[in-house]
Amino acid sequence: MADNAERVSKLYKKRSSLGMAWRQLRRNKGAIIGMILLIFIIAGALLAPIVYDYNTDVIGMNVRDRMQWPSAEHICGTDDLGRDIFARIVYGARYSLAVGLVAVLIALVIGTVLGAAAGYIGGAFENVVMRICDIFSSIPSVLMAIAVVSSLGKSTINLMIAVGIASTAPFVRVARAAVLVVKDEEYIEAARAIGQPDWKIVAVHIIPNCLSQIIVQATLRVGSAIISAAQLSFLGLGVPAPAPEWGSMLSAGRLFIRDYSYMTLFPGIAIMITVLSLNLLGDGLRDALDPKLKR
Amino acid sequence: MADTILEVKHLKKYFKTGRGMLHAVDDINFTLERGKTLGLVGESGCGKSTTGRVILRLLEPTSGEIIFEGKDISRIKGSEMRHMRKDLQIIFQDPFSSLDPKKTVSQIIAEPIKENHILRGKHAIEERVLELMDTVGLAERYINTYPHELDGGRRQRIGIARALAMEPKLIICDEPVSALDVSIQAQILNLLRELQEKLGLTYIFITHDLSVVNHFSDDIAVMYLGQIVEKAPAEELFEHPIHPYTQALLSAIPIPELGHRRERVKLTGEITSPIEPPEECRFAARCPLCDDGICRKMVPELIEVRESHFVACPIKQKEMGF
Amino acid sequence: MENKGKEEITDREILNIENLRVRFETEDGIVYAVNGVNLKLGYRKTLGLVGETGAGKTTTALAMLRLVPDPPGVVECDRLEIDGQDVRGMSINRLEDVRGKDISMIFQDPMTALNPVLTVGEQIAESIEIHEHLHKDEALKKAGDMLELVGIPRARLGEYPHQFSGGMKQRVVIAIALACNPKLLIADEPTTALDVTIQAQVLELMTELKEKYNTSMIMITHDLGIVAEVCDEVAVMYAGKIVEQGSLEEVFGETLHPYTEGLFNSLPNIKNRTAWLKPIHGLMPDPTDLPPGCAFAPRCNYATEECSASCPALKNMGGTHFVACSAYERDPDFLLERRRKNG
Repeated sequence: MADNAERVSKLYKKRSSLGMAWRQLRRNKGAIIGMILLIFIIAGALLAPIVYDYNTDVIGMNVRDRMQWPSAEHICGTDDLGRDIFARIVYGARYSLAVGLVAVLIALVIGTVLGAAAGYIGGAFENVVMRICDIFSSIPSVLMAIAVVSSLGKSTINLMIAVGIASTAPFVRVARAAVLVVKDEEYIEAARAIGQPDWKIVAVHIIPNCLSQIIVQATLRVGSAIISAAQLSFLGLGVPAPAPEWGSMLSAGRLFIRDYSYMTLFPGIAIMITVLSLNLLGDGLRDALDPKLKR
Repeated sequence: MADTILEVKHLKKYFKTGRGMLHAVDDINFTLERGKTLGLVGESGCGKSTTGRVILRLLEPTSGEIIFEGKDISRIKGSEMRHMRKDLQIIFQDPFSSLDPKKTVSQIIAEPIKENHILRGKHAIEERVLELMDTVGLAERYINTYPHELDGGRRQRIGIARALAMEPKLIICDEPVSALDVSIQAQILNLLRELQEKLGLTYIFITHDLSVVNHFSDDIAVMYLGQIVEKAPAEELFEHPIHPYTQALLSAIPIPELGHRRERVKLTGEITSPIEPPEECRFAARCPLCDDGICRKMVPELIEVRESHFVACPIKQKEMGF
Repeated sequence: MENKGKEEITDREILNIENLRVRFETEDGIVYAVNGVNLKLGYRKTLGLVGETGAGKTTTALAMLRLVPDPPGVVECDRLEIDGQDVRGMSINRLEDVRGKDISMIFQDPMTALNPVLTVGEQIAESIEIHEHLHKDEALKKAGDMLELVGIPRARLGEYPHQFSGGMKQRVVIAIALACNPKLLIADEPTTALDVTIQAQVLELMTELKEKYNTSMIMITHDLGIVAEVCDEVAVMYAGKIVEQGSLEEVFGETLHPYTEGLFNSLPNIKNRTAWLKPIHGLMPDPTDLPPGCAFAPRCNYATEECSASCPALKNMGGTHFVACSAYERDPDFLLERRRKNG
């Protein structure tokens, strides 16, 4: 008997579908490049405090070294207050990534819940949610974020909320579309036939089957959220000075763009590389997780 | 007295559409004895699958009674409904969409057991899953595979195991073999028959394939646009089809034998729309026997013209003296 | 085309394929879809190509039209002639001329075979315009004739596919396929998506038109009933090979291959309704990893050890009847159970 129990537990050893997705992803060169870049950026952001001291290197003024072109000592040069641009970029990654991730997380939670509910419940509720969604997406997201930040006040948290709300509508759409497809599958009927209540069907069968599309959407949206955050900071509505946010660095460098172009160039490149790597990874994930492409 | 397990009385299911009410199931009646199989035959859109789903209460009936073991289940709710679910189960047509692609074989089969607390304790459930897999002929090594890694036949076996996990009394088989290859089809048909003998199951077998239903059923009901047009014991129906639609359907089956190229009952005309159909025989537009004076006057009634042989064709009824 | 003398066309084949091999080179391994198929088809004959999913029926048909996607598909063959023309080295322009005019194909799903934004008339006329170099008005007129021929009133020429039912759509597809009087028509499961009564009508129509236009036809199907209804010759495929081939009478009446027997035994018998079915046990082998010997050996009730060792070739057993089974080499008097019963 004990022998049988052992045999049974052995058969039950877990296997993950993550492994299969990983094998698909590994074949996609773009996704791998994106992932490696992203790992570098994240590692840089995490390790920044070890190399640089926030108070002296990142926000501390050093007027003697101001406006220096890139050199061995300051590989990206220094800004108008003599701060090392590379140090600020590395530190800035913390802000940009945090704002991007948290904003998308806000959008994902609100958007998925609303979208899934709209898709599953249908009827008037769906209509109301989708029309609100239409209204939100007809307002340019920067304008909307400006409105939110102006009404809530200027702070990093409010920036996250503003960008999050501005990127909710696409999540509602994706979640609703995914749920509508999954809802009509026969396994949902089968789940009802064995007496599962609706909330459990949504949680156990519908959400897991929509998740891959939502994850892909999230990865792609982190990039645009970073850009939105940078735009707001550029307009002076984002992370308050002197914190080294990429958008506000661009804004500060703008005054000197004719003579000291490096001051805008490097934060710009940082934004570009981060967004690019996220998009590469997102596209790769879409290919790896899309059930239609599964062989 | 016969042991009746299911009785369906005046069952109707209408769907709202932009152009009016679609009469998917329109006043059907039948009884089913325990341990027997009723074949529900018809072409696409005749309402056979809707009938199955309404009986299971996956769709709400518009009106009518569904009496299961002496109790009307057409209006029950909550815990009564949960209880009913255990006795009535369904096997789906498409083994590719009827299994959750994100769950392993063991999770799929264990789900009904856990949901309805049929067994408690991890080991008891695990062993029951293996037992069920053995019953339906699935090798143990597939326990942790995902449905998309298996072929159609094995997937259909998972679907059967999931239905059996509830220890049901009645199973509705909705085209369980139409998506499978011939040789696999036979394996599944034999399995379903074995299970019926072993577990004393009652089946409602929904299909468009008359040769399958003939092999499998005790009684056959032929449906056309939401109504039963003929109902009889299988052998009787195949040997003496009376309704012109049944005759056309039977003569249309290609028979895999030499020297069977034969004359067909030809059907012409367009299929009547099921949306707000007129009060007449629904088959009238395609019927070779149609007499407008009789057939277009009213909806024909299902009358017993021989022993347990029911037909809803006014022309034939008249011919036979009713 | 119709005036061609009968004497002239009897001695040649409309289709002649020798040793056709198709494999798909995918990231997960090489799929051996078709493994050495020889087919000859005479004028005005109908061949039933029978087999289950994955047997290589459709791939064989696509290879005839040179429509196998490349990559990943790799097609090799020693001979591929349609109406005496070598299709293998043909230029794309020439090939497009042949497709539609000499050989055309009907696909399984009428729902996706038609373009939803063009009227039915335009779609039929399109192929007439291309192949017969007719003016648009004339082509439309001929399209109307074709539509009437398949039993749809000419007045519906201007309607869109969604206004037709499934059976009607398949008729339109047939009208398109026959618009240029092809010499060879390949029908890939043309009625699988249709209801039985509609299937009967469509099959009848196809047989009628085939007679009328002297078209040769390859009917790809898994349904032995359809084969018995419409075909003159039968080729049974298994794992990318033809395992049995012959006239309808030979294959149905004097079945030789155990797989063919298994197919028959899997079908419910309309006369003996309570009999248990005798399915073929097991599954079709994985086409990326075919067994070394006879591919059917693992599922065969008659198999011996030798069967798994060497691959049997297609051998003539008298008349036009061919079989690929080594049981007959070991014992010339070998008989399948089906034949012992039939006497």
